[in-house]
Amino acid sequence: MTTISNASSGVIGQPMLRREDPKLLSGEARFTDDLKIPGALWIGLVRSPFANAKIISIDTQDAKASPGIVAVYVASDLQSQWAGPIPSAWQVTPDMKSPAHYPLASGKANYVGDPVAVVVGNSPSEVADAVALVDVSYEELPAVVDLEEALTDANVIHEELGTNKCYVWELNPNPQGIEDAFKSAAHVVKERYIQQRLIPAAMEPRSVAVVPSPMGGDYTLYSATQIPHILKVMTALTVGISESKIRVIAPSVGGGFGSKLDVYPEELLCLALARKHKVPVRWTEERTEGAQATIQGRGQVQYIELAADKDGKLLGVRADIIADMGGYQQLITAGVPLLGAFLYHGAYHTPTYAFKCTGVYTNKTPTDAYRGAGRPEATYAIERAMDSLAKAAGVDPAEIRRRNFIPTESFPYNSPAGLVFDSGNYGPNLDQALAAVGYDALRAEQEKRRAEGSTKHLGIGLSFFVEMCGLAPSRVLASLNYAAGGWESATVRILPTSKVQVVTGTAPHGQGHETVWSMIVADKLGISVDDIEVLHSDTSIAPHGMDTYGSRSLSVGGSAIHIATERVLEKAQKIAAHLLEASEDDLEYQGGTFSVKGSPDKTMPLAAIAFEAFTAHNLPDGVEPNLEASTTWDPPNFTFPFGSHIAVVEVDEETGKVDLLRYMAVDDCGPRVNPMIVEGQIHGGLAQGIGQALYEEAVYDSAGNLLNATFADYLLPSAAELPTFELGNTVTPSPTNPLGVKGIGEAGAIASPPAVMNAVVDALSHIGTIQIEMPASPERVWKAIQAVRA
Amino acid sequence: MYPASFNYLRASSVREAISMIGDNEDAKFIAGGHSLVPLMKLRLATPSTLIDIGRLSELSYVREDGGQIAIGALTRHRDLEISPVLNAKAPIIAKVAGQVGDPSVRHKGTIGGSIAHGDGASDLPAAALALDAVFVAEGPSGRREIKSTDFHKGFLETALEPNEVLVEIRIPSNIKSWSFQKFNRRAQDWAIVGVAAVKNGSTRVALINMGSIPLRAAGTESAIQSGASLKEAASQADLGLDPPGDLNATVEFRRHLARVLVGRALEELD
Amino acid sequence: MKVSMTVNGKSVSRDVEPRTLLVHFIREDLALTGTNVGCDTSSCGACTVLINGESVKSCTTLAVQADGADVMTIEGMANEDGTLHPIQKAFQENHGLQCGFCTPGMVMASYSLIKENDHLDEKAVREGLEGNLCRCTGYHNIVKSVLAAASEMGA
Repeated sequence: MTTISNASSGVIGQPMLRREDPKLLSGEARFTDDLKIPGALWIGLVRSPFANAKIISIDTQDAKASPGIVAVYVASDLQSQWAGPIPSAWQVTPDMKSPAHYPLASGKANYVGDPVAVVVGNSPSEVADAVALVDVSYEELPAVVDLEEALTDANVIHEELGTNKCYVWELNPNPQGIEDAFKSAAHVVKERYIQQRLIPAAMEPRSVAVVPSPMGGDYTLYSATQIPHILKVMTALTVGISESKIRVIAPSVGGGFGSKLDVYPEELLCLALARKHKVPVRWTEERTEGAQATIQGRGQVQYIELAADKDGKLLGVRADIIADMGGYQQLITAGVPLLGAFLYHGAYHTPTYAFKCTGVYTNKTPTDAYRGAGRPEATYAIERAMDSLAKAAGVDPAEIRRRNFIPTESFPYNSPAGLVFDSGNYGPNLDQALAAVGYDALRAEQEKRRAEGSTKHLGIGLSFFVEMCGLAPSRVLASLNYAAGGWESATVRILPTSKVQVVTGTAPHGQGHETVWSMIVADKLGISVDDIEVLHSDTSIAPHGMDTYGSRSLSVGGSAIHIATERVLEKAQKIAAHLLEASEDDLEYQGGTFSVKGSPDKTMPLAAIAFEAFTAHNLPDGVEPNLEASTTWDPPNFTFPFGSHIAVVEVDEETGKVDLLRYMAVDDCGPRVNPMIVEGQIHGGLAQGIGQALYEEAVYDSAGNLLNATFADYLLPSAAELPTFELGNTVTPSPTNPLGVKGIGEAGAIASPPAVMNAVVDALSHIGTIQIEMPASPERVWKAIQAVRA
Repeated sequence: MYPASFNYLRASSVREAISMIGDNEDAKFIAGGHSLVPLMKLRLATPSTLIDIGRLSELSYVREDGGQIAIGALTRHRDLEISPVLNAKAPIIAKVAGQVGDPSVRHKGTIGGSIAHGDGASDLPAAALALDAVFVAEGPSGRREIKSTDFHKGFLETALEPNEVLVEIRIPSNIKSWSFQKFNRRAQDWAIVGVAAVKNGSTRVALINMGSIPLRAAGTESAIQSGASLKEAASQADLGLDPPGDLNATVEFRRHLARVLVGRALEELD
Repeated sequence: MKVSMTVNGKSVSRDVEPRTLLVHFIREDLALTGTNVGCDTSSCGACTVLINGESVKSCTTLAVQADGADVMTIEGMANEDGTLHPIQKAFQENHGLQCGFCTPGMVMASYSLIKENDHLDEKAVREGLEGNLCRCTGYHNIVKSVLAAASEMGA
């Protein structure tokens, strides 16, 4: 084996500017709603205003007569269109209960926003007029909103299931051991936390357009989706059209964060109605509509218990959570909480571990993946509980973490939950963060303010996270009953003119894959990134893919590209050796050119080899024409990025207002292919996690109404609410992929909520131990202070 | 997102606007549109006719006028924010206007629109109340003055007749002692509670979002008059008021915030 | 009714329903789809354009209200030879965008902010962009971009 394919030309690691940007900056990029589609009909959904209601009758006469309206359909009109229900890909237990779920509700509506009729018309404004004219008569039923109340089955949402309980999933490898651990513990911490529901709020609302081919039989489905490949399979199965007749294209996609990792009623309706009406059919979500029509994230009640010895060293960790499914299953609703199932002990060694999750239906918008999906919830629980343990053991929050870290020499670490943590080096990372933030000086400043009797209290909050990402080894997914694999495909093709095409199954929506994938190939081939084109997000051009979510694209998709590039280079080396009449082992490769060791004038550029491969006039025996390689990479393990996050807040005791003064994050995602993009991912994740800690919550009343569906009421943080972030990094490569990389897309959102909340609690610790849930709104903080003072 | 259909008329003078609206009760005036258009998009407002008074540039001015400052009703928030006259003689209005909505909103929204819309959560009506402003309305039979204390009648309800246009806001000049406190969770949001306080002879304290209309903190004002300490006066801020409860603050917390913010405002007055 | 205006330096004239929002006029009648619709409550600023040189939310403005106005959208920002405006350039150089959906509005709001302020610092930029929401960048690099552009443009 020669070392040529291990060459690097120093492109990896550079903060290269993004090639995606000029089009996005000039308005030239096309999002789905931007597409000009002559003759398209628009649809609008009539949605239930009640959370739980029988549909008595639907009168569509006035709507049908409204100007510009082509048709109005209710569920029974379209039942023959469906070959199957809206897909749920994750049956987490064999006995998991799922209600039938079709694009239009029939008989009963199960959340506010559940579609009950669809209006088809010539323009969005005419459709909006007619939607208001559809007269639906409902019989309202009591709404099931609270998770623990739902589990009592006092009101059962789906009568045919007989219960609101969806599933119970348990992991308890050593039941006796954990009982004993808690019995012998010097310190036991028991906490209950709420993971409020969050609205993902990608800036681009969802949008879909289906265009039947003029020749008939084929459909092009444009969608603002993260998953063009999965969507193709699922729409084919659901609408009953051969998969080979559907082409899915995700044009520019304006963010996703998990909310576009789904198969939605509107996508299925546009496809079915394009087939029925034989013309293009399209839909674009309105923002306030989307708050209820697009999945929401989180939604859990968490119970966590820690057992520790007198020094605060963990003996056992036990988590018992209730997870809100909402009214139905969406694509991976049931599985989301289980992505955290293995992580409730965080970065800490514990001899015993148990986890249990109960999924429950409520009369609310279905939940599904939202940035971090299961892992922010787990991290929040353990990181807040570790602060409680620090207090119980009488040690500093930094010290309690240090004492419990999985030791560096234990990696690869066989976790008590059954995972193998690939690599880690936690202590130095924490030390770096503490030094960079000036931890001791902050503690001194905190003391000073307290001594002076200030009403503006300083709080310092720590969070050390480790997560599992890079979804995923297909065999592991199989063991979790997930219906698909976790591989990724790549093709690298050197064209006769030496331009390079990279075909990937990842589906970027803001991550900059075109830039980074080019860098991986350029680094290895020693050519300019400008000679490389990346093709993606069109199932006709890139037929195989598992798309983009779960911080997987670089570690899985990037690895596939890396391997395909190596294979191309190996083939090129064979051809070069043949043409240069040298042994393969005698060749060197640099700057895109092969040369023979010791004979500097015997050289052959890659471009020449590409042309030789194309003409195939003089190839070595057994070598096929063309310079191209494809591969599908199935990762042997997840990756386990980690990091230390420190939030510094000021809490105004009089008003309860929390100001985030500083935020320090020292992340370890292994080697950074493009540090500029890595840092951008961290910044964005932080803003979302800080949003969860301080601002965001989908608030439902007892009747199941979402009270803050608009952007005026649902508080996404703006620039004015956030500080400039302070970032550092350490580098501990992952041994399980050829690039050594680990996911970074979700890290910020995973680590930051507990850092901020621990800071809020810390700020007031001299007054008492406040009990507070997210978001830490002024009123909640103020009331928590009143409660400890009382 | 798509307003219901309506007829659109554009007025070239106040007189014409008044005659256009006639006795059409479903018609509405529109200036910057930044209060009305959002309601129309959600179809919470469905006027049959809009009469656009946004081009009456003669109603956009800030000028000193006999010891007072006269502000044309169509003066935009941005123009108030940077007005040399206001910054020198009544900086509270410039300051308040500079915190309405966000910069893009301030390029369109007008002081008259904000006051005539009549939302108790708006900042400028409360500032006008603290300044003891006088509003000038023009109707079919000419102009009349309405005191700021008499102007707001109920939620989105004012003393303006349907066929009257608010044309001018008159405030005292040489305001030296004032404070504006706006408490919200995000910079772009409406005040959860706000306070506009002015000491100009007597002390007037107006509250934002403590009722369906802009209100004065009568308890605080009378406590000050009777010589109470600032702390005592602030503790009376919510006396006799019936504030709303919503997602951002319950009634109890709003009362508390009013007391805290009035305390902070009084501290800032000379 | 008929509305006429100058958009990116060109005179345009169309018949529209009075209820047509300026953003729909720009996107649908003029096919300038760089200006985006991100919300329905004037909160997000994705639809920000310049009217007579000042940032305005085109989703909260009726097309008829802009009759006769001078409108500039993101498509009018680059120089005629296609090179990017200093603000656009600063956004690329400082990684001030990810998915790019809020970006046109962000650029237009930044233009207005820079023109209106002689001395922008970080706080002023953060407050000046309070009406433009981004879900990708955490604003960190947007703020950097605007400060860089302001300094390039001599503000």
